[in-house]
Amino acid sequence: MIPAAFDYHRPADIASAVALLQELGDDARPLAGGHSLIPMMKLRMASVEYLIDLQDIDELRGISVSDGIVSIGAMTTQHDLITDAALAEAAPIMREAALQIADPQVRYVGTLGGNVANGDPGNDMPGLMQCLDATFTLVGPGGSRDVAARDFYEAAYMTAREDDEILTRVTFAAPTGGYAYEKQKRKIGDYATAAAAIQMTRDDGLCSSAAIALTNLSDVPVFAKAAGAALVGTSCDASAVTAAISAALGEIDPTEDNRGPVEFKLHVAGIVILRAIERAWSRT
Amino acid sequence: MSKMHIQLTINGEAQEVLAEPRELLIHVLREKLGVTGPHIGCETSHCGACTVDLNGKSVKSCTVFAAQANGAEITTIEGLGNPDDLHVLQQSFREHHGLQCGFCTPGMITRAHRLLQENPNPTEAEVRFGMAGNLCRCTGYQNIVKSILAAAAEMNAAQEAAE
Ligand SMILES: Cc1cc2nc3c(=O)[nH]c(=O)nc-3n(C[C@H](O)[C@H](O)[C@H](O)COP(=O)(O)OP(=O)(O)OC[C@H]3O[C@@H](n4cnc5c(N)ncnc54)[C@H](O)[C@@H]3O)c2cc1C
Ligand code: FES
Ligand code: FES
Repeated sequence: MIPAAFDYHRPADIASAVALLQELGDDARPLAGGHSLIPMMKLRMASVEYLIDLQDIDELRGISVSDGIVSIGAMTTQHDLITDAALAEAAPIMREAALQIADPQVRYVGTLGGNVANGDPGNDMPGLMQCLDATFTLVGPGGSRDVAARDFYEAAYMTAREDDEILTRVTFAAPTGGYAYEKQKRKIGDYATAAAAIQMTRDDGLCSSAAIALTNLSDVPVFAKAAGAALVGTSCDASAVTAAISAALGEIDPTEDNRGPVEFKLHVAGIVILRAIERAWSRT
Repeated sequence: MSKMHIQLTINGEAQEVLAEPRELLIHVLREKLGVTGPHIGCETSHCGACTVDLNGKSVKSCTVFAAQANGAEITTIEGLGNPDDLHVLQQSFREHHGLQCGFCTPGMITRAHRLLQENPNPTEAEVRFGMAGNLCRCTGYQNIVKSILAAAAEMNAAQEAAE
């Protein structure tokens, strides 16, 4: 379990990190918490010649909430997401989801930026970011650009990020209404068999908006637009919820793996979506 | 891929070690520095036997490169107590039968130590949730949880007595 040899760099600011990525080319990789990348390197499933450790770049850290906008630096850890009072107030779904990721040791080091940049369909934050309609800021040699979470994921481990870009920040409008992150896993510390993120609002007894996104049910996170639409204008009664679930199941494409066959995944998906809708609605 | 000089403060003592960037912290601790308290259970980030305290956080040292820890302060089980002067947690594990083979115990106690620093008065559920990154193949966990709760009570009583 020893990875192949590499050179290690620890730049102090974003510009130096980007310059290193540009100079060293596609054999170089950013290193955040390392809790997805290092296991892959140990298995020799990721080949990396140059590791660019981002830990000394202070401007990549921290959570701010102002004027209804939540902005989170890429190197903010899952532990920070759980303990930040302002974030728990502005977007409690972040805490609810982060508490369901891995175990305490992993959450102390695993970062939001690493979780969303990784591109592993098993990661929990990408679906949540799509639910919240978050924006990712990427900084490369040509400057900075913003990409919507809903447009970022192309295939497993393939994202809109270029090899010489660093994901610096995640931004979203503080959500209103009810929320839930519902995840089914085989044991604590496991990735999702299926998970659903939902934010919804109620107006005069009827659902006025609903955003639903799903984790580990396709090779990318899935923003289930039709499922959200099926709830809007209803009182979230049983028939509306059934319609939303069947719309969501139509948008996913799970594959058989060690978490079960396709039929089981579809079954679990239906249940996590049902529970997520019920909990979120009860919180509106 | 030249070797690096890595500076670590381990259990309060400054140390320098020469290591390749790809060397994992657990290997450097055990094989280069003779700090064999943290164990290697799975080497795949799952069992927590390799847990050390790194800059005030419990981490699995099989999933950290020593290079990442350059400049860090590390506490291992050796830094918490010794056979002549057991830490409250060690004493409590002994009294409440919190170990059988003892393989997971250094990781358990190192993690429990950080948990109690952050939450000195945890409920049983909080102990179970906070210890979820550490596996034990022997005890069935009941006595580990009991040991940690008893240690918390004892540490709080000592704290009150001191005030
Ligand atoms: C036992 C275990 C259980 C886990 N369970 C879960 C789980 O249930 N749910 C879950 O979501 N995750 C889980 N994880 C993964 C964990 O949350 C990772 O920490 C996370 O996915 C990646 O974050 P990181 O900071 O460790 O990134 P790293 O591993 O350092 O990086 C991951 C990838 O992203 C790239 N990258 C990182 N940061 C940036 C950046 N700022 N800009 C550009 N590229 C970047 C890296 O180059 C790499 O390719 C688990 C991990 C372990 C070891
Ligand atoms: S040896 Fe590190 S987690 Fe098992
Ligand atoms: S006491 Fe044997 S593994 Fe825990």
